[in-house]
Amino acid sequence: MSATGHPVAGRDGLAVLDAEEIRRALTRIAHEILERTHGGDGVVLLGIPTRGVPLARRLAARIGEFEGLEVPCGSLDVTMHRDDLRLRPARALGRTDLPTSGVDGKTVVLVDDVLYSGRTVRAALDALTDLGRPRAVQLAILVDRGHRELPIRADYVGKNLPTSQHQMVHVLLAEVDGRDAVLISEKGEPS
Amino acid sequence: MKRHLISAADLSRGDALLILDTAEELASLADRPIKKLPTLRGRTVVNLFFEDSTRTRISFEAAAKRLSADVINFSAKGSSVAKGESLKDTALTLEAMGADAVVIRHSASGAAHRLAGWVRGSVVNAGDGTHEHPTQALLDAFTIRRRLGGGPGGVRGDGKPPRERGDPGGSSPRGGTALDGIRVTIVGDVLHSRVARSNVLLLSTLGAQVTLAAPPTLLPLAVDTWPCAVSYDLDAELPKSDVVMMLRVQQERMTAAYFPSVREYSRRYGLDAARMARLPDHAIVMHPGPMNRGVEIAAEVADSARSTIVEQVANGVTTRMAVLYLLLGGTEFPEVSS
Repeated sequence: MSATGHPVAGRDGLAVLDAEEIRRALTRIAHEILERTHGGDGVVLLGIPTRGVPLARRLAARIGEFEGLEVPCGSLDVTMHRDDLRLRPARALGRTDLPTSGVDGKTVVLVDDVLYSGRTVRAALDALTDLGRPRAVQLAILVDRGHRELPIRADYVGKNLPTSQHQMVHVLLAEVDGRDAVLISEKGEPS
Repeated sequence: MKRHLISAADLSRGDALLILDTAEELASLADRPIKKLPTLRGRTVVNLFFEDSTRTRISFEAAAKRLSADVINFSAKGSSVAKGESLKDTALTLEAMGADAVVIRHSASGAAHRLAGWVRGSVVNAGDGTHEHPTQALLDAFTIRRRLGGGPGGVRGDGKPPRERGDPGGSSPRGGTALDGIRVTIVGDVLHSRVARSNVLLLSTLGAQVTLAAPPTLLPLAVDTWPCAVSYDLDAELPKSDVVMMLRVQQERMTAAYFPSVREYSRRYGLDAARMARLPDHAIVMHPGPMNRGVEIAAEVADSARSTIVEQVANGVTTRMAVLYLLLGGTEFPEVSS
């Protein structure tokens, strides 16, 4: 943010979170997870590809730093469970990698970059049901941009970002994109 | 990808890699308690088999069911075909029933291609005469990649699947490798083999170097136009092969004498333990099945640790799931105005 409180315009849209702010948001979420799960016992972090996976790894690393606790971490691909498959050509699948401990009886924290309609999370809940029976499922999200189409909410939110439906939110992460940032742009703008 | 899968030549390198990468992700389903995905719910897949088949039909059926599609099995025996119904009339009947995909096995080369002009759904060729069998080639390529892990850039022959070589649990699902530089020798009855033709086309698309080793009488007429080398001397090819693929001697399709005796064929082109010992240590032995034990492959070779024959069957279900998902999983293809 600039001194006037307006987001800084970058090459690919307005930067609403920079690397430092993303780092702080993840640190806070890691603390909140520890608090809400009474020390992180039985927690499994599952990232939703693509960008939920590195976020889940970062959260696991933070929790490891704070409590010396090794939290199992994996990925959960939801492509085959989506409700909009027929609206687009068949797409490539992401990876599903469960920690060896599995998910039965665990507190699974789903991790994704942006929460929008809630349909991805709905698909993730279905995908999870086929993999086992967690004791509880929670949701951690870096950016909540509103406009939910399903009764779904996040348990841990990095930043609430009110947007219009004509805007697009892009989360960039160093592991995938080479740098950390959250950008907002108008639809149709080159991004 | 095109809307039908008739020939391995229809697949670009990108298409083939997409299918193999999709199959790689679907393979983990076999280890899960619930081996089913909801993806093709409400879609209908018809298995139209005019020729005997066990593994291919069951494999397609299992693949479609694991994706929650409805499966209708049709075999020529006990159907109206026995009463003289033509392929076209059968096709129109299926069309009226609303098949989203038709998997066809037929004794006439070109049957799948003809069918594709008559039905609205996707057509998957499950073997047409001596022409092609593209899903067999895909599952063979998948098996080779899992066992040998790509070309010279990769670690060849360590028996690790590609995902164990790179970044574990990496974020890119499209990190799979092609088969660049892998040397594949296909041995035996190439003339009557749809598996050989599809494999030559697909494996060369993926960058493998393919050699056909067969007696001159069992090579097709225009083999010099195929993207592969040809040899009459199996023993010379074995030490430089990463993969040996044995073909079944298809006596039911043989209308003339192609070799003096089964015993002589077996001595010159059969794979026995002595020949297997000439292979490099990392090389694998493949066979599309069904095998004639003692003719093209000795029992001790078929049952050895190098043989991938049982693995090929398991990989067949996974690969066919990938094909059905990519053909039927997305938007319906726009109507083709004819």
